[in-house]
Amino acid sequence: MKRTTTGSILLYGTLAVLSLFFLMPAYMAAVTALKLPAEISLPSAWELPSVFNWSSFSQAIQLLKPNFINSVILTLCATAGSTVLGSLNGYVFSKWKFPGSEIVFTLFLFGMFIPYQVILIPLFQTLRAMNLYGGLPGLILAHIVYGLPITSLIFRNFYAQIPTALIESARLDGAGFFSIYLRIVFPLSIPGFVVTSLWQFTQIWNEFLWGICLTRHADNPITVGLAQLAGGQAVSWNLPMAGSIMAAVPVLCIYIFLGRYFIRGLLAGSVKE
Amino acid sequence: MREASKDRLKAFLTLLPSMILMAIFVYGFIGNTIWTSMTDWGGSGSLALNPEKHFVGLDNYVELFTGFLGGGFRQDLVNAVYYSIMLLAGAIGLGMFIAILLDQKPKGEDVLRTIFLYPMSLSFIVSGTIWRWLLAPQGGVNVLPTYLGMEPLNFEWLSSTAAILEFNWQNLFSILLYVASFLLIMTGLFVFRKDGSRAVKRWLGPGIVLGAGTWLFGGLLPEALFMEEMHGFNMATLGIIMATIWQYSGYTMALYLAGFNGISQDLRDAAMLDGASDAGYYRHVAIPMLKPITISAVIILSHISLKMFDLIFAMTGPDNAETGHPALNMYLTTFRANDFAVGAAIAIVLFLVAATFIVPYLIGQYRQRRRG
Repeated sequence: MKRTTTGSILLYGTLAVLSLFFLMPAYMAAVTALKLPAEISLPSAWELPSVFNWSSFSQAIQLLKPNFINSVILTLCATAGSTVLGSLNGYVFSKWKFPGSEIVFTLFLFGMFIPYQVILIPLFQTLRAMNLYGGLPGLILAHIVYGLPITSLIFRNFYAQIPTALIESARLDGAGFFSIYLRIVFPLSIPGFVVTSLWQFTQIWNEFLWGICLTRHADNPITVGLAQLAGGQAVSWNLPMAGSIMAAVPVLCIYIFLGRYFIRGLLAGSVKE
Repeated sequence: MREASKDRLKAFLTLLPSMILMAIFVYGFIGNTIWTSMTDWGGSGSLALNPEKHFVGLDNYVELFTGFLGGGFRQDLVNAVYYSIMLLAGAIGLGMFIAILLDQKPKGEDVLRTIFLYPMSLSFIVSGTIWRWLLAPQGGVNVLPTYLGMEPLNFEWLSSTAAILEFNWQNLFSILLYVASFLLIMTGLFVFRKDGSRAVKRWLGPGIVLGAGTWLFGGLLPEALFMEEMHGFNMATLGIIMATIWQYSGYTMALYLAGFNGISQDLRDAAMLDGASDAGYYRHVAIPMLKPITISAVIILSHISLKMFDLIFAMTGPDNAETGHPALNMYLTTFRANDFAVGAAIAIVLFLVAATFIVPYLIGQYRQRRRG
């Protein structure tokens, strides 16, 4: 070790304390979900269960299964839609700039930063007028439209790395707008698609405000289902904890197995170019 | 050349659907909400497809800021301000601290990074549900000290009614002037070293005059309310702030870590050769270099704190007045009380607060892109 020992003890000690703080909620959720309802009490909340009771999970799965399925459909459709459109937009924004395209791009980005409460009432009205209120298609539409700023941004930055000379020479060879996209840009953008889809998947899966305002009970996504499960007073805590774990598992899997792409999406979302 | 212009047209047409969607769903909708906030749309019959609305001008705003029924909104707004400041300070401070620790390349850095960042992938509803249980009275966090042989805490994380840093809403105008004067003086001190005389003329001077003027003549300002109304930092929001910091400091950590890795080793070695200590290197070299990252983090975290809704909903339920937030108030006013016009006015207030720092940021980014 190059560093002095007191320094490294301090470093590892601090990191250990911080890790404990960050892992505390995960531990609490797991321990509580595995306890028998009768065993759950406030003073002994931190203690391990005496027997592992897996039935909370089967119960939570039973209760939240429709919400889970809704969320899967919603997330897959909206992610696919917003990613494909974002890729085309990013291609135009980075390789086919036209006078004023930078202003249009900036106006797009603004859509990413508005508090969504400001568009909620007209969105609700519009979906109602289009007969899309209450079901999944309306929610999918909302997620696709408001996903456009971030997906266009990520793809625009991603395509900026493709040398313009490559596009130019393809044009000299007679390739047009769409054939350049299909033959050159698209095959090169698989990592861009992975980053953008993971980002969108996480965002849409975790969304709550539109889920609760724009869907009827039968079409509630998992976050709304979990909030209702946890909101009741009589429910014992093992069930919401099992539900939380269930709602978290898909994104946690993405995060743990594809963490590199997840972090890239995170950094790309911070507008820095 | 005709082929090329055809391609340009195709490019424009490809973008066109998205442009139309954004024009309607962002700008059209914002305009529509502004209009709604100036009507009396609400009450019975408000859910009809063509509800009756009348133009009432700025009445809804006046009611929110100075009216009898707006007290809850005012407390929520104060909560949001304190909440944003605490979240920014906490998440940026802790995130930067962890990034510096991880920048020392400890063993198991990958595992540690995973631990610090995983909360970011969770839904606010999930983390809110878990934190509500962690902050339960006589349980969770409160019993932690007993494992170290100490007395349990008995802090009421989410239900305390105590408040600190209170101020009287009647004095709103003079408080706003003090804040403006404080910001001017701080900006002046910031740029003082770069250009002393300009700092005094542009920032320090006006700031001191404004502050002194308010102190001397503040009594002449009109009162915002006809009665005393105290608002302050609610201790009950501490739990929510803690949960948000837990969830978002990993994000700032990732931003700073990426920034630290981008600084060349040569620069670091040069600083060390010049006799800088580790602390000096971060204080005088690394952190100032990462100013753009800090700005991004501030923008994104303020945006998150302004639309904060899910976490509070999951932690304290919609009906806890102590931990209220305008974003939650907007939902309740609009979709529970069917008071669409007032809900729209709250949304516009949130929007204006967000726009005051996002618009300059986006303009700055735009200029940078044109230059670059």
